[in-house]
Amino acid sequence: MQILGKSIADLQALIGSRKIKVKEVQQYFLKRVRKYNPTLNAFLTVQDQDEMSPINGVLAGIPFAVKDNFCTKGIRTTASSCVLDQFIPPYESTVTMRLLSAGATILGKTNMDAWAHGSSTETSDYGPTKNPWDLTRSPGGSSGGSAAAVSAYLTPAAIGSETAGSIRQPAAWTGVVGLKPSYGRVSRYGVIAMGSSFDCPGPLTLTVKDAAILLGVIAGKDPFDGTSSNIPTADYKTMLKAKKFLTIGIAKEYMEGMEESLKLKIEESLRIFQKLGHRIKTVSLLSPKYAISVYTIIQRAEVSSNLARYDGIRYGNDRTFFAAEAKRRTMLGAYTLSFGYYDAYYKKAQKVRTLIVEDFKRAFKDVDVIVAASTPISALKLGEFAKYPFFGELMDVLNEPAAIAGIPAISVPCGQDKNGLPVGLQIMGNYFDEATILNLAFQFEKETEFFGVIKKGIARYQD
Amino acid sequence: MNPVKFQPVIGLEIHVELKTKSKMFCQCSADYFGQKPNTIVCPVCLGLPGALPVPNRRAVEWTILIGQALNCRINQRSKFDRKHYFYPDLPKGYQISQYDEPIASRGWLKLKTQNSKLKTKEIEKKFRIHRVHLEEDTGKLIHKQGDTLIDFNRSGVPLVEIVTEPDFDNAEDVKAFLEELHTIIRYLGVSDANMEEGSMRLEPNISIKVESRKSKVESNDLPKYKVEVKNINSFRFVKQAIEYELERQQELLKKGETPIQETRGFDEKKVQTYSQRSKEQAHDYRYFPEPDIPPMEFSNEEIERIKKMLPVLPSSKYEQLRLQYKLNEPTSHHLTHNISNLKKFEGSVSLIQKDPDLMKIPNINQGTANIIINKTQNQNLSPSQIVDLTRATYLPKETNHSLLSEVINKVILNNPKAVEDYKNGKQNSIMFLIGQVMKQMKGKTDAMVVKKALENELT
Repeated sequence: MQILGKSIADLQALIGSRKIKVKEVQQYFLKRVRKYNPTLNAFLTVQDQDEMSPINGVLAGIPFAVKDNFCTKGIRTTASSCVLDQFIPPYESTVTMRLLSAGATILGKTNMDAWAHGSSTETSDYGPTKNPWDLTRSPGGSSGGSAAAVSAYLTPAAIGSETAGSIRQPAAWTGVVGLKPSYGRVSRYGVIAMGSSFDCPGPLTLTVKDAAILLGVIAGKDPFDGTSSNIPTADYKTMLKAKKFLTIGIAKEYMEGMEESLKLKIEESLRIFQKLGHRIKTVSLLSPKYAISVYTIIQRAEVSSNLARYDGIRYGNDRTFFAAEAKRRTMLGAYTLSFGYYDAYYKKAQKVRTLIVEDFKRAFKDVDVIVAASTPISALKLGEFAKYPFFGELMDVLNEPAAIAGIPAISVPCGQDKNGLPVGLQIMGNYFDEATILNLAFQFEKETEFFGVIKKGIARYQD
Repeated sequence: MNPVKFQPVIGLEIHVELKTKSKMFCQCSADYFGQKPNTIVCPVCLGLPGALPVPNRRAVEWTILIGQALNCRINQRSKFDRKHYFYPDLPKGYQISQYDEPIASRGWLKLKTQNSKLKTKEIEKKFRIHRVHLEEDTGKLIHKQGDTLIDFNRSGVPLVEIVTEPDFDNAEDVKAFLEELHTIIRYLGVSDANMEEGSMRLEPNISIKVESRKSKVESNDLPKYKVEVKNINSFRFVKQAIEYELERQQELLKKGETPIQETRGFDEKKVQTYSQRSKEQAHDYRYFPEPDIPPMEFSNEEIERIKKMLPVLPSSKYEQLRLQYKLNEPTSHHLTHNISNLKKFEGSVSLIQKDPDLMKIPNINQGTANIIINKTQNQNLSPSQIVDLTRATYLPKETNHSLLSEVINKVILNNPKAVEDYKNGKQNSIMFLIGQVMKQMKGKTDAMVVKKALENELT
């Protein structure tokens, strides 16, 4: 049985009809991880389980990879920082708990920027992850390990987390599907906090349907997360079927400064949407540049607070194990929260954040979704990161507005740039309306098969 | 040099641990006292990576209740903030507290106190409450043979902080205020408010304003420094610490020096305060809104619903004892602040009211209260036993003494266990014997007489 390239939905069918054994699936992916991980460095920890307990549930027997900032009971969890080199959580995050309860199994923990600080996976204390499309390039980040693992088919799907762009940007750079749900749609309990008011767990997958399936499992109110929402979840997978006709907003503010060959891909995508019967409407949004300032201030403040617990008393390694990026962020954050500076920085940033929220609310009165590129440029060479102190913020300029507002967005492949690298298109939706962006992304996938990007990515990594 | 006046300026910070079932932000039991270290902990109160706080609704309601009992304004919008500082007993590197939007603010408490100059006259004073807010307690450091150990059982226990305005000018008023506050908390039933176990902690802020006697205009400016005294675990020690501090600061001021702003501890044995931490080491707490907990909104209906849970408070209870039961001031004061005696009194009075003979006796309530306060200390007597004592005291009866000694001998013979217990020092068992005698005498004697006779017989 050929497994290479099978989606979660495919594997569910094969396992369900007993055409393939759960153990076979497990062994298959472990073999691929062993074969390709030394090259890609996508996994930090691999769960080599010989014994398989009987598994029930919608994801019975489906292996998945999970970013190393999700606490997994009994499995080392480092957030790619040596500070937590020896940390074995005594509890399970809500997201992994829900996946495990649905019958899925953890294949391993994936590499990331240390503490999720970065957009290239290069701040990892365990070395960068390589982009499966070009090993001299970055897979993006911070969920770079998860994205690379899906792109090279070391796992049928992975869980990542996004503070601003950390799912969508690596998904775009490695040519896979990345979904950032609304803030509060998916519980943050057990996710090592980065920017607490932004953090969103979400899936990285080969297909839109797989994203819908995983969201269906992990979404919903969690009594352990006071910021998780009571708004009911939907049957995301079923809601893919009925084709929605939408008014799609495009904002010229999001097209500025974009690399020409990426711009062409986005314009081509818009023509496809029109062909599918959707209406395109120009909207005006606040320039994403404001988002950079707001995001930087608030996120750094939250980082400086969230990292305070690693004071050297618990977890084994002391504060000298923090690398440069975490130190930089902690200092900047502590500064903006200091007496006398709070009003000028943090409080002002919160006010502008409110303006950005209002801006999106206003736009969604006129349109159903907003479409833009996922990133202004495609995957950069490893090492570029060192040239820019605010590298992450620049790379994520198109992702930050949605992160600040807390709206859902999905990145899907929409072709290749002049160097043959994947290009991502993002669809942003209204609050808690994941169903609509998934519906449109699904239409796009059916029409284009993502221009063969996902297949080409996997084809480089034969069994 | 101008003659000067030294005006003490004292404010209070009081921490009260709530006795909710679970901790402030997790499901661990809040009943940690005396438990084995680090056995009542979970990812949340240990501050493990990824764990998130979810506020305890009951603790929030109780804080509102405390605010209402202290005549505060309950803020319709309130939120939690992070207060940052590094200390080994603080596992997250910050304490979840409240900064600029506390649950309650701007309250007051009126007290009848002795005027410090005219010692005899009781006057009513009003002390303002600045704010009442809710936070989490920290873990506890245990210093043992040169090592410092951390017990996180207390980490995350709900803690209410009550801050007064600097309205006090003497230690006596502070003590009276704290006793009143302690009683209110006990009436509310929201905390054990036990100072030895640390469920109520007191921190006075003390400074002295120097006023020139020549300038007629009193300045409202507070002194440029203040001294905070920590680790005080009784009302008496608060009084002593304040008196010591006022003296110490006054000496410095007389020499033309300004006391330094600092935190001091209190040594109970030496009856002295000592320097712990000066202002140079003071913290910038870098407060910001806790992003893990959405802001709280309280509707008027909700605030009113909680207000209905308020019990009769000490000030009303005092009025009730004075006006309804016609008790004198010291007795009313005593009963108001001694909940166990108050319960005995209220139980007894309800029985007395059903007894026409006792009701005929003038000032029977006062008499009963006197018996409770003076004669039943440390005895676990039921109201009916107290009423027996009252009856014996105020309705003496003719006694057939030969019959009595006959009955007493019989009772002693038939109850060797109780006799034995009594002889071994169990004072209470004489009550049982008295009861037996009274029964056989069919009420034709009085309990005090029986008690005396029994005691003679048994010693």
